Amino acid sequence: MFGNLTKLQRYYLYYTGSFLFFVGALAVLEDHGMPPRWIGYAFLFFTITMYAAIGIASRTSDVSEYYVAGRRVPAFFNGMATGADWMSAASFMGMAGTLYLTGFQGLAYIIGWTGGFVLVALLLAPYLRRFGQYTVPDFLGARYGGNAIRLVAVGAAILASFVYVVAQIYGVGVITSRFVSLQFEIGVFVGLAGILVCSFLGGMRAVTWTQVAQYIILIVAYITPVAILSYNVTGNPVPQIVYGRVLQEVTQLENRLFDTPSEVEVRRLFRERADSYSQKIMQLPASLAIERDRLSNQINQLKASDAQMKDIVALERQRRELPHDPAQARAQWETAMFAAIERGKQPIHHAEAFPGDDPEQRMGMRINFLALIFCLTVGTAALPHVLARFYTTPTVSQARDSVFWSLLFILALYMTAPAYAVFAKFEVLSHLAEIPIAKLPGWVAAWTKIGLVSIEDINRDGILQLAELSMNPDVIVLATPEIAGMPYVVSGLVAAGALAAALSTADGLLLTIASALSHDVYYRIIRPDASTQFRLVISKSLLLLVAVLAATVAAEKPGTILSMVAWAFSIAGSAFFPALVLGIFWKRATCAGALSGMLVGMLLSIYYIIRVEFDSIPWLGISGFGMEPWFQVQSISAGVYGVFAGFFTIIVVSLATKPYPGAESFLNGIRRGNQDGDS
Amino acid sequence: MPETNAYWRKTRWLTISLFVLWLLVTFVMNWYAREINEISFLGFPLGFYMGAQGILFIYLAIIWFYNRRMRTLDAEYGIKNE
Repeated sequence: MFGNLTKLQRYYLYYTGSFLFFVGALAVLEDHGMPPRWIGYAFLFFTITMYAAIGIASRTSDVSEYYVAGRRVPAFFNGMATGADWMSAASFMGMAGTLYLTGFQGLAYIIGWTGGFVLVALLLAPYLRRFGQYTVPDFLGARYGGNAIRLVAVGAAILASFVYVVAQIYGVGVITSRFVSLQFEIGVFVGLAGILVCSFLGGMRAVTWTQVAQYIILIVAYITPVAILSYNVTGNPVPQIVYGRVLQEVTQLENRLFDTPSEVEVRRLFRERADSYSQKIMQLPASLAIERDRLSNQINQLKASDAQMKDIVALERQRRELPHDPAQARAQWETAMFAAIERGKQPIHHAEAFPGDDPEQRMGMRINFLALIFCLTVGTAALPHVLARFYTTPTVSQARDSVFWSLLFILALYMTAPAYAVFAKFEVLSHLAEIPIAKLPGWVAAWTKIGLVSIEDINRDGILQLAELSMNPDVIVLATPEIAGMPYVVSGLVAAGALAAALSTADGLLLTIASALSHDVYYRIIRPDASTQFRLVISKSLLLLVAVLAATVAAEKPGTILSMVAWAFSIAGSAFFPALVLGIFWKRATCAGALSGMLVGMLLSIYYIIRVEFDSIPWLGISGFGMEPWFQVQSISAGVYGVFAGFFTIIVVSLATKPYPGAESFLNGIRRGNQDGDS
Repeated sequence: MPETNAYWRKTRWLTISLFVLWLLVTFVMNWYAREINEISFLGFPLGFYMGAQGILFIYLAIIWFYNRRMRTLDAEYGIKNE
């Protein structure tokens, strides 16, 4: 065992060394004039070849190897793999940006996504490992008995995982199109290839070892730019330690800048714009015609007064781009109105907890902060692709240890994200605010061109006010290398890290979906007598099918599906968490109870999300069902209601039904490791 | 077997107490984040620091302590570690 461990560690040390050497070599080549585009290609090619090599070296035709990596993954490496499995494209690119935009409120993601691992460690991982089958539906099926619960579990697992995997593949498309300037659709299929080379031949075994490799790349890529930026700003290369001081400076800058006369003026202008949009929306459809007439009049006047052709063309384009019908106008103007409202708002201080104008607003922020933490924690402890990782360790004790390692490896990134946000804010407040727009640093223009940064000089004074700048959250991580004035090779490194984060999560999710279908539905329910050979054939074909399906959906650039990812936590949490926890800790929980609890919890969450978030579903032809949120809780935290409803339903229905006779011996098995069931 | 029953009782007690600690740190403390923010720690407002780093260290410590206790319990009651 020990020899095996050191051999593995040696392999990964060599691997890390050669990766660093590769980055260094590219830096030298860039110095000698290698164009950025080639650097991008080199990163893409090198990393995917590495993953493919590991994937092919770990190919297998053994069922246990394919589903649970032969249960031979040491705790330390399982921790790394879980870290990569867990941290998605959103963690890598989006989290620092969310923290930048929302300040303290964004910490809910940090707390929620790490706190979940305490629940995994205390309540789930050791018991899942001692049970020792292959999937989460397996566990529920064995605990409660019967195929109905297995099917519901499979349905919930697929519902939560599929949306998530589409978002990862979409992320790959975005990264490759930005850094290697591949076309988005081609990028998506490059991503698909990158995922399949890892998971197709070797299943969990190959996914595990590539995830370890991906973790190393993503953590190096995440920490390098902010460490250099930190060194530039404070002279200390450990951002996590020194950013408290930078945060103080940020607060001072905020105090000085937020209420200067020009800032107040700009915010007022944006609010006025929002008001004029809201009036136009109320006066639809007449306002659309008025708008068109107004533009036509202006054009005619200009034409009569022999003005410059350029101005006339600009106005004509405005007229052409007017919405065609009232419905379209409403949608377009609402977007514009919300954008203007957002810019016209009083900015929030980065470190202030629960900001608001009055106590009621502050209470709403406080409730939502805790509700979001709750949903993200419970969701983390219920996502099947994370739980499945704890089946792969050799012993129960190693399963427990591997949760510790997982959290440690995840903290490396999650403790860095708030530092990213603070350093970026410091740069913006000290080097962008109050600067003439013509003299802004080059990176602003570069990202404005792609549409991730937008600047509008609404008061026409030629100087940038904070309210005139708006940034897409992804920009913070992607642009930090340029903000700190680093060579392009660092940007390439960040892209490789983001790619690793997206691919590793997609691998884990895809495997979860494929094994839910092939193992739980096909083998356990449809054909229990299937030969192992044939089970693997089915599993691999389903993997391929699901992967192609997910890539096809991602290539359509579905905007709504990305916002749906956040809901996956509420849905997974309310479907699985109560049934798993009560199944382990409460002998009396019955199959009928668990089944109804899972359905009630999951459906309540979906119901809440739909009614709070939407007002109509055009393709179903129903409308007007929107509702006010209960206790101000936003739809992203729907799981607060779903999870409690799930617990409540399981308890009530279980008490009303007969206990499941198999529960006793099952629980004896997982609680103490003797399967005989004597007590 | 009373022996293994005692094992499960101790495991459950350990789990529940650490779970309560987790609840206190995660929900009760964060409820008062605005008030705690008045205190300054390493240059950070304390409420912000706890959310960005402090709580995460506590989480890690909870898991570390649980694993250590469980290893002792496993050895004490001769639980098969498979």
